[in-house]
Amino acid sequence: MSLTREGIAYRVASELPDGSYVNLGIGIPTLVSSFIGPNKEVFFHSENGILGMGPLAQPGHEDPDLINAGKQYVTLLPGASVFDHPTSFSMIRGGHVDYAVLGALEVAANGDLANWRTPGEKVPGVGGAMDLAFGVRKVIVTMTHITNKGKPKILSKCTLPLTAPRCVTHIFTDMAVIDVTPEGLLLREVAPGLDPKTVQSHTEAPLRVSPNCKEMNVPANFHAAQAAR
Amino acid sequence: MVDKTLKTCKEAVAGVFDGATILLGGFGDPGLPGQILEALRLQGAKNLTVVHNGSGGGTHALGGLIHDGKVRKLIASFPSNPGNVSFQEKYLKGEIELELVPQGTLAERIRAAGAGLGGFFTPTGAGTDLAAGKETRVLDGREMVFEKALHADFAFVRAYRGDRLGNLNYRMAMRNFNVPMATAAKFVVAEIDELVPVGGIGPEDVHTQGIFVDHVVEVVRHPEYLKITTEGR
Repeated sequence: MSLTREGIAYRVASELPDGSYVNLGIGIPTLVSSFIGPNKEVFFHSENGILGMGPLAQPGHEDPDLINAGKQYVTLLPGASVFDHPTSFSMIRGGHVDYAVLGALEVAANGDLANWRTPGEKVPGVGGAMDLAFGVRKVIVTMTHITNKGKPKILSKCTLPLTAPRCVTHIFTDMAVIDVTPEGLLLREVAPGLDPKTVQSHTEAPLRVSPNCKEMNVPANFHAAQAAR
Repeated sequence: MVDKTLKTCKEAVAGVFDGATILLGGFGDPGLPGQILEALRLQGAKNLTVVHNGSGGGTHALGGLIHDGKVRKLIASFPSNPGNVSFQEKYLKGEIELELVPQGTLAERIRAAGAGLGGFFTPTGAGTDLAAGKETRVLDGREMVFEKALHADFAFVRAYRGDRLGNLNYRMAMRNFNVPMATAAKFVVAEIDELVPVGGIGPEDVHTQGIFVDHVVEVVRHPEYLKITTEGR
């Protein structure tokens, strides 16, 4: 068993503490905002100049001047603010944003992140990925544990160009929750029905298994028969 | 009496010369001076260097300018959006140069120019391909990359409201690159949705001060847009 994309997002959402400031990347990270329960306040930052971003705008209620970094029409929550790019990146680079939740192509055992240049890509683009990876206090990676060809993405050393060295603090996949520690990767949770040995078999870098390693607490409707895509 | 208003976007771009460097505001559509860009396309200046976060979608606005072969070099953070066909076509043929800059570094290079600084040291990019060949220093125990200020001949921005003194007010996510860009060029024109009398923007609501702006040109937007923004005010 593994988790769906929503399952990964659900698990990340439960990790974010009340009062935290969070920037969400594109893909699985975008889904995280849907799973913040009513009992905590989490403030979403968008690098084009929004703090306190709400859900996507309903059809017919889009504001043409209000988009997120993925160019989707969004809403604001009470207490939100809007600002310019230098201010937005002061929040990011200055270490004021608590968490960046980003997709990844590869993560290394020392926390190196590669997520800005895909193999075979013709036109490069970096956007805010490097600023986030270098500047935000905790970098959470969400991704499928293996590529769609079955190859591990968690490696001893990245093969693709780095976005930032030693920046990733936590990895959330469809199979596991892994912390990046000075002693290497620590397996903290496994997806329901998986055991640490199976997770290790899909992970190129060595994993230490936490003595408290347990099953991820994610509702059954987010369990997938196959690896999430 | 000071009057920075222009009647047409054609006047706004009349002085743009071959080889000019242009700061182009906006992130997606919010804050993009689309009508000035269309006027620039007709004006005919070529060999331009354009500084913008992306590379323009389709074949209109910046996409159109690139499509017409007027842009020699693009300085951008995210030119790779799949819809940006004009740029991709030229880039793959080797007909346009690209300087790729992390988004926060791009904004700060422009801000530094407007603030009279020569450049700055940033951690962003240290040890990556985008820092190759750049000066680095270890400051407070962290490797930092030197990034130069980014000056330009022209800045074209878009704001929501403006007055004849050049004061500008933006709504929602329009501010983005427009605020720093309006400070960093020799000649600055703002495309605005509504020209208001002096005093019509309260002093606390002036986001770009008239001292930075040479001209404003009012461009009436689509009625559907005005309906939404009036309701949302």
